[in-house]
Amino acid sequence: MTYIAKPKLHHPTLVVNNVGYTRRDYEGTVSTLCAGCGHDSISAAIIQACWELDIEPHRVAKLSGIGCSSKTPTYFLGNSHGFNTVHGRMPSVLTGANLANSELIYLGVSGDGDSASIGLGQFAHVMRRGVNMTYIVENNGVYGLTKGQFSATADQGSKSKRGVVNSDSPIDLASLALQLGATFVGRSFSGDKQQLVPLIKAAIAHQGAAFIDVISPCVAFNNHAGSTKSYDHVREHNEAVNRLDFMPKREEITVQYPEGEVTTVQQHDGSYLLLRKLDKNYDASNRIAAMNYIQERQAAGEVVTGLLYLDEEPEDLHAHLNTASGAFNQLNTAELCPGAGALEKLNASLR
Amino acid sequence: MKQIASVNDFVVKFANVNGSGSASANELFAKSILRMGVPVSPRNIFPSNIQGLPTWYEVRVTEKGHLGRRGGVDFMVAMNPQTWNADVKEIEPGGYLFYDNSKSLPSSKFREDITVIGMPLTEISNTTYAEARERQLMKNIIYLGALSFLLGIEAEAIEKLFGEQYKGKERLLDSNKKALHLGRDYAEQHLPAIGLKVERRDAVGDRIFVEGNSAAALGCVYGGATVCAWYPITPSSSVAEGFTKWCQKFRVDADTGKHKFAIVQAEDELASIGMVVGAGWNGARAFTATSGPGISLMQEFIGLAYFAEIPVTIIDVQRGGPSTGMPTRTQQSDVLSCAYASHGDTKHVLLFPEDPKECFEMSATALDLADRLQTPIFVLTDLDIGMNQRLCKPFEWDDKRQHDRGKVMTEAELEAGKEFGRYLDVDGDGIPFRTYPGTHATKGAYFTRGTSKDRYAKYSEAGPDYVENMQRLLRKFETAKDLVPQPITANASKKTKLGVIFYGSTSPAMAEAMELLEADHVHIDTLRVRAFPFSSAVEDFIEAHEQVFVVEQNRDAQLRGLLVNELNIDPAKLIPVLHYDGTPITARFIVKEISQTASTLNVTPLRKTVRGDSAE
Ligand SMILES: Cc1ncc(C[n+]2csc(CCOP(=O)(O)OP(=O)(O)O)c2C)c(N)n1
Ligand code: SF4
Ligand SMILES: [Mg+2]
Repeated sequence: MTYIAKPKLHHPTLVVNNVGYTRRDYEGTVSTLCAGCGHDSISAAIIQACWELDIEPHRVAKLSGIGCSSKTPTYFLGNSHGFNTVHGRMPSVLTGANLANSELIYLGVSGDGDSASIGLGQFAHVMRRGVNMTYIVENNGVYGLTKGQFSATADQGSKSKRGVVNSDSPIDLASLALQLGATFVGRSFSGDKQQLVPLIKAAIAHQGAAFIDVISPCVAFNNHAGSTKSYDHVREHNEAVNRLDFMPKREEITVQYPEGEVTTVQQHDGSYLLLRKLDKNYDASNRIAAMNYIQERQAAGEVVTGLLYLDEEPEDLHAHLNTASGAFNQLNTAELCPGAGALEKLNASLR
Repeated sequence: MKQIASVNDFVVKFANVNGSGSASANELFAKSILRMGVPVSPRNIFPSNIQGLPTWYEVRVTEKGHLGRRGGVDFMVAMNPQTWNADVKEIEPGGYLFYDNSKSLPSSKFREDITVIGMPLTEISNTTYAEARERQLMKNIIYLGALSFLLGIEAEAIEKLFGEQYKGKERLLDSNKKALHLGRDYAEQHLPAIGLKVERRDAVGDRIFVEGNSAAALGCVYGGATVCAWYPITPSSSVAEGFTKWCQKFRVDADTGKHKFAIVQAEDELASIGMVVGAGWNGARAFTATSGPGISLMQEFIGLAYFAEIPVTIIDVQRGGPSTGMPTRTQQSDVLSCAYASHGDTKHVLLFPEDPKECFEMSATALDLADRLQTPIFVLTDLDIGMNQRLCKPFEWDDKRQHDRGKVMTEAELEAGKEFGRYLDVDGDGIPFRTYPGTHATKGAYFTRGTSKDRYAKYSEAGPDYVENMQRLLRKFETAKDLVPQPITANASKKTKLGVIFYGSTSPAMAEAMELLEADHVHIDTLRVRAFPFSSAVEDFIEAHEQVFVVEQNRDAQLRGLLVNELNIDPAKLIPVLHYDGTPITARFIVKEISQTASTLNVTPLRKTVRGDSAE
């Protein structure tokens, strides 16, 4: 692979990173979503995170389901292969793609309808299997693309734009991911780039099933008073438990934090996470406590955000299956086919 | 009473209770006859929902090599009291009933027109063995011994099989031998001679004896499949289980112990096909194995793979439908739901293996075709060949054969500036180039979607873009006609205006039926369809005949429908011959159906078969 490092200019989008790309190289085609849609901010955060992580864009495979959220992979990483699959089934396609080649970075993008309604089953199983991926749900509580029907994450009692009150219990994907064995679980808000970008970076660096639930208001159908997924509501009820700083391996940790406030977590790829506690009782390494805390605050009407859980020693599906590393598509006939001699022996054993 | 007498040509049926360990004794019975050079064709019959879990094993002993089901039973081994009445009823007049008379049965339980052979199996076993499981297992070997004596099967043939099975387990070997001779000795001293005999011949040759599902799994290993995702369903589960077994044998890296394969038991068929689509998209050769209900669930993904052009191999081991249907019975009833799977205008490549040999070959071929044509390929096998050991030609592989990865643009080609359009037809065959994800830093990436697009994979709802793409997919389907396995024809001994088309597991019954019809001076040319889309040879065959029978194992004449629809054939020309009660089709059935119709057609002189007027 060759590329020419572009000259360093002062325009912020034209600064090159350590692998020679400008931020613009991580962009896709122009978004066709509604102006102000939370999803566009998440795309921008993904672009920022990948650029800062010095990822070569073509080493990312981006997969999605169907919905406004699932359309967004066209709007970032234009030099990555992308796959807009079918509604609710991205997790299985991502699993298969991951099985085929353990060396790419897998980014799954989905919506709350896509993952919590039609695709809840596949969401659950992809977490259970520990597929090495970053799975982002752009959660707006409605089906944006089909014009505003409630999705399965809509809170009980929240009101639709047309005044209908949702009577069904909501599904909390972060809690589910925790229960199902995801080894990295975060929640954020599309309006909080400071929190979201480091979370995405840490999730990509994580070598296991990483899930981020991002509240992402739909300005067209779910941003009114009475909605619990509106910009105003989320800003008012956002309870961040910690702040995350992501340190790539090369960088020295220079900043000094007062003792007890910051935990340093080294990830498998050598990167560091600096976790600054905002809630001094919150322990992001305790799965059960995390589940309890999220439920408790949710009952109080609050939205807990931040890095909710991290398993420092994740194991992924490839480890479980003991697969050879690398891309299966590079194995040739001689490596895969036992040949005529073996077949002769086999024939003899079948007589 | 006239007893049935026959050498090397009869049917033995074992009626057993599931879990009694009879399967291995029954298989030994079949194999020992094979070792005497006489072909056999066994079939497992295992209803999924009858109390008492009965299973049957039906063995056709057939020196002439007629491997289709014959119908009727000459010798019944009745080991299941719960199915006794039906089992006794099924015996041909003059036939034999072998049973365990440790407990006596009222005479009303028997028939006058058959020979009844009682043997105190339980009593013998219980007095010889102490432990319950051993009593049970050895009872099976004791009846195997008695049968072998009655039928003239050589003890050495069975002992040799024991030796192979219990290599290094001397204790088991000895106790099995002992039980075998207990049975043989008892039969010699106490049981009457019978008219059915096995005599040594040399009619098996180098053929192998194997299940179609295991063969298909092996074909996937040879064909280079690395990813398998599946969800358990009868009768297909043993394909994935077989793949696991073969991969353990052939695909574990000797140095690192790492697996050059990945197998996932998915949560359902939606996920299994989804994984296969994802793996295929990422350049791995991937397959799933399923049966009818799974095909129904996979529809949406099959359409995606068709429209987004992703290589996918689906092995459909057909069973009786619709719905849950007859899960443990055989049929060829998924032809249409596979040919046109998914909404919108779609059509798919289907391959029809006739036996395990072709299950092996066509599974490997399917993986090549999937990559070459970038589309789903179905291997349509069925329970009859999938779950039964069938005698077939040995597997073959040419070491010069390379996996065909199809049109894949490489990093070097992209770097050299070769034009890449994901849906661009560069050479008129309708097949575009693809790139594997991660190939090149700045070139060759594209977005895969199920929505319509232009040649460069850009989203487009423009009518001309859509139509151009759909037309290209049709061109691709045309290209497929020459790439798929071609039909096989056979001419009757005399020129005839009659033809017959058949496919898949119908083969052996068809071959036998043709011999019988020829002997009866009914002359019919045959064509075995091996794939859809139909090549021109199929069209020519129909063109060359006035009337063509289409023999299939479903109610709705699905292949006939496909022929009418795709080749614009006048429906009046194609006469359906349909067998769909869930049992494998028989030569007797085909002969009856065809002779009846042929006589009314009056195109060939017909004589009524006279008893004893056999050509053989
Ligand atoms: C099988 C199927 N059923 C229904 C649809 C229609 N559909 C498209 S997107 C969508 C909902 C998407 O909601 P969500 O995932 O929350 O995405 P958002 O648009 O809100 O970002 C539905 C129901 C479809 N594409 N496929
Ligand atoms: S409808 Fe809602 S979710 Fe869709 S683009 Fe508009 S704001 Fe975003
Ligand atoms: Mg939504």
